[in-house]
Amino acid sequence: MEPKRTPLYEIHRSLKAKFVDFAGWLMPVEYSGVIEEHLRVRTSCGLFDVSHMGEVEVAGPGALDAVQRLITNDMGRIGDGGCQYTLLCRPDGGVVDDCIVYRFSRERFLFIANASNTQKVFEWMRGQVPAASVIDRSGEFAMLAVQGPSSVEVMRPLMEMEPASIKGFHFVEAKIKGAEAVVSRTGYTGEDGFEVYIDPKDAPGVWKAVMDSGARFGMLPVGLGARDTLRLEMGYPLYGHELTDETTPIEAGLNRFVSLDKPDFIGKGAIEAQALKGVEKTLVGFELLEAGVPRAGYEINLKGTKAGFVTSGTLSPVLKKGIGMAYVIPGAKTPGTEIEVIIRKRAVRARVRKTPFYRRKLFEKTV
Amino acid sequence: MDFPKDLKYTREHEWIKVEDDIATVGITDYAQDSLGDVVYVELPQEGATVTKNEPFGVVESVKAVSDLYSPVSGSVVEVNDAVIESPEAINEDPYGDAWMIRIEVGSPDDLGDLITAEEYQRFIEEEK
Repeated sequence: MEPKRTPLYEIHRSLKAKFVDFAGWLMPVEYSGVIEEHLRVRTSCGLFDVSHMGEVEVAGPGALDAVQRLITNDMGRIGDGGCQYTLLCRPDGGVVDDCIVYRFSRERFLFIANASNTQKVFEWMRGQVPAASVIDRSGEFAMLAVQGPSSVEVMRPLMEMEPASIKGFHFVEAKIKGAEAVVSRTGYTGEDGFEVYIDPKDAPGVWKAVMDSGARFGMLPVGLGARDTLRLEMGYPLYGHELTDETTPIEAGLNRFVSLDKPDFIGKGAIEAQALKGVEKTLVGFELLEAGVPRAGYEINLKGTKAGFVTSGTLSPVLKKGIGMAYVIPGAKTPGTEIEVIIRKRAVRARVRKTPFYRRKLFEKTV
Repeated sequence: MDFPKDLKYTREHEWIKVEDDIATVGITDYAQDSLGDVVYVELPQEGATVTKNEPFGVVESVKAVSDLYSPVSGSVVEVNDAVIESPEAINEDPYGDAWMIRIEVGSPDDLGDLITAEEYQRFIEEEK
């Protein structure tokens, strides 16, 4: 099947992006280079086309109850205009997807799903709650992410309101350069920033306006390559790597997004049981103590015996060493534990450590 | 993109320069551009034996791992330690500072199927 193109495809081509087929979409993987793009987001700002992400709406009189049944987190904890990170689980606790949910009102919610999961999430939701209340709106949105310490200043000239007044994990319906938009103070990089949802026909104009506004900060377009290294430095999970149908939120260490106080949600019984009983594999971060680059699928050893596997790995552009995440047995999960990553049959020394690998203050803002 | 005419090439994207019976080997401009930022290189030790069309090392970018294939058989007489220290040289100067190994060529017959700059350029156009 021919991969889908976002409304910004021609712009990416004109910027000489390299493309990759990702979840059925032809997406820019890099423009000027992964490391340069990564560091620009850490020190100033970058612009991402993430229009491949899916948008699924749950609406109607019973929407809040339906959402509460679908998600592990508690939508009752936030008000209208708030967003929440959550998981959708199966009855056995396996993760269907991880989403950000936007709460417009008690009767209208928008789930932002991973591109690889949009269809699965849509069908799953329709099977679990009244189907008529679940609508796939993915075709109605282009999505941009403005990320980096200069994001507020980049956005200010484009909005009629003060962008800094949008609090973290909140959103507004506002105009960007005259285009109707949903703008949230969210992101997947660990930096300050905004995610912007617009009509696909407005996407090229908004992209150009943001790039123009960001020019004085040296804003760069950023591809999926740096999106992955940025999220990995923060220890954020990526569906298909750290999260799958066969892993649970407890194994992934995402307990704080699971509200066991809620009367019920799909998967609650299994997750509760697992939280009590303990898990056989735990997601950890690790860093290499020697040169090398860990990659998804590499084996982890503890004192010469197999103890897990790598789910994601890269060379951290900020720390300049190999970092990764892995599922390991309980005996290898404590930060500080020395483990080995098997790279091409060679045992490379590594150490389990807490995530994030990077904290904002490592870098001073540069304009 | 640059493909010096005084070098020979492989369809695995290595370049080779033979002087007397010593072959210097690296990867092409096209290869480094396709890889993106190179962050790690693994090369054989001096004295190691390499075999034509077999992997002799590994180059890793942020995104991916690629094998390096030896254009000829022979023994490694010199390894560029500087490129192991600073793999980014592969992006900056693939035909100069970022040469990888020097091989004492075992058999001149090995050189027969190496391709010219023009042939290599045509090959990558077709591969795209």
